Amino acid sequence: MSTTTSTASPAELAAHHGLAPSSARPAFLTYVSQLWQRRHFIASFATSRTATQYSGARLGQLWQLLTPLMNAGVYYLIFGILFNSAGRMDNFIAFLVTGVFIFTFTQRSVTSGARAISGNLSLIRALHFPRAALPFSSTIVELQQMLVSLAVLCVIVLLTGEPITWAWLTIIPAIALQTIFNTGLSLAIARVGSRIPDISQLLPFLTRTWLYLSGVFFSIPQRVHNSTLQDLMMANPATVYIELVRDAFINRHDAPNHAWILAISWAVVAFCIGFWYFWAAEEKYGRG
Amino acid sequence: MADIQHTNGQVPTVIVDDLHIVYRVYGATVGKGNAPAAFKRILKRQKSPALREVHAVRGVSFTSHRGESIGLIGRNGSGKSTLLRAIAGLLPPTRGAVFTDGQPTLLGVNAALMSDLTGERNIILGCLAMGLTPAQAKERYDDIVEFSGLGEFIDLPMRTYSSGMQQRLRFAIAAVKSHDVLLIDEALATGDADFRKRSEERIRELRDEAGTVFLVSHSLDVVTKTCTRAIWLDQGSIKMDGDAETVVNAYSSATR
Repeated sequence: MSTTTSTASPAELAAHHGLAPSSARPAFLTYVSQLWQRRHFIASFATSRTATQYSGARLGQLWQLLTPLMNAGVYYLIFGILFNSAGRMDNFIAFLVTGVFIFTFTQRSVTSGARAISGNLSLIRALHFPRAALPFSSTIVELQQMLVSLAVLCVIVLLTGEPITWAWLTIIPAIALQTIFNTGLSLAIARVGSRIPDISQLLPFLTRTWLYLSGVFFSIPQRVHNSTLQDLMMANPATVYIELVRDAFINRHDAPNHAWILAISWAVVAFCIGFWYFWAAEEKYGRG
Repeated sequence: MADIQHTNGQVPTVIVDDLHIVYRVYGATVGKGNAPAAFKRILKRQKSPALREVHAVRGVSFTSHRGESIGLIGRNGSGKSTLLRAIAGLLPPTRGAVFTDGQPTLLGVNAALMSDLTGERNIILGCLAMGLTPAQAKERYDDIVEFSGLGEFIDLPMRTYSSGMQQRLRFAIAAVKSHDVLLIDEALATGDADFRKRSEERIRELRDEAGTVFLVSHSLDVVTKTCTRAIWLDQGSIKMDGDAETVVNAYSSATR
């Protein structure tokens, strides 16, 4: 027996032979490269999830189209016809439907992010992969749904009499930025959801409050007259992304000042904080 | 503490140091499961009874070395599978530590696959999750299908498979890679005689490639046949650790 090992603690012995803790969190950059290495898994997992999402329903994938259409219909019935918000606005249908669809993308990303870890515990306890792959792929599932909705949206907007313009192209960067923002949010909420399952019960109320604050059914400048409050509400990330897409689709609608700067800032801030926050608990996700 | 005395001249591959694992389980309702009862608990600052803590592994320490194959035996619920998951790094230790040489791989019948997807999609997803590139996954696809012996069932959703078929597929996917430290969780217990023979063969191959093999099994035969050392777990702690034959004999005379 050598003297070095007989007095060594297990940790020193492990270090001596080059053993590493089995559930250690990888360094941040290592983690990023591991995640990049699993990009095919992320994409493939997302596509499979999309494919099976409606496999229990008779109409199957058709619900991907029907869900946004029916949503738009319900809001049109209540806000367009019953409350008659349409009165003061040019193209209320396009205004409303754009708002609903864009907001739904963020809302669904948050909701599915909250379940990304807690709903896949058996997978986490069976296989090794960077756990961030799960919230990433749940956001991609929602992006795929969003792209279908976007096609529906284009048709609706055309039907309301808006022309196709070059401005439509700005929808691509707007949605891309929104996706980055959603990913960050979904990463952060995934960590919270893995520790506090109650968040799933609370989220519908939070997202609904957010929905009403985001100027989906009404024009914020028309309804909110206090200028500080108005500025605050217009800086809300959901509003920013909605306004950018409305600006692209609706000829007589203008995005507020600095909308692009805000859109970029929100995306970068949410993604960086969300990703770092998620990574900081990487080794704890298996415990549930 | 860990058996440091055993390390003379041998290279350790896994060091487990005073490991404790506590599961937090939600939804284990006891008592009145209604809202006033829950409110009263919050007022009295009691812990929710829906949150139960299960102390599955209680202070386990041992060291394994290159070339060993170690059988883990014990009754159902004695913490064998939990210990394997902790060694694999899939379950974080509550207290204590696990040190390993490289990334251990768990070959488990519990390896989760998506039951709504076809066997085919599951094979590709499983390979990608283990870190194979799409090209490698495609390359090994045929081997996996052949090894699983599922034949035409491969393009049906996994929920339509019998439990034996599901386990065959899981094992076939996990066994496709070779590993430094290999953890096998009752993979041999399932499947028909023919599949068992093939998987035993595959495990022997994997063991030769791997540095150390851990095997959880209720079949004491398999443990004495394939293991050099055995650890007997009882209620989350080690009851006996030593030569496979001795431990198995002690275990079987204790349970008889």
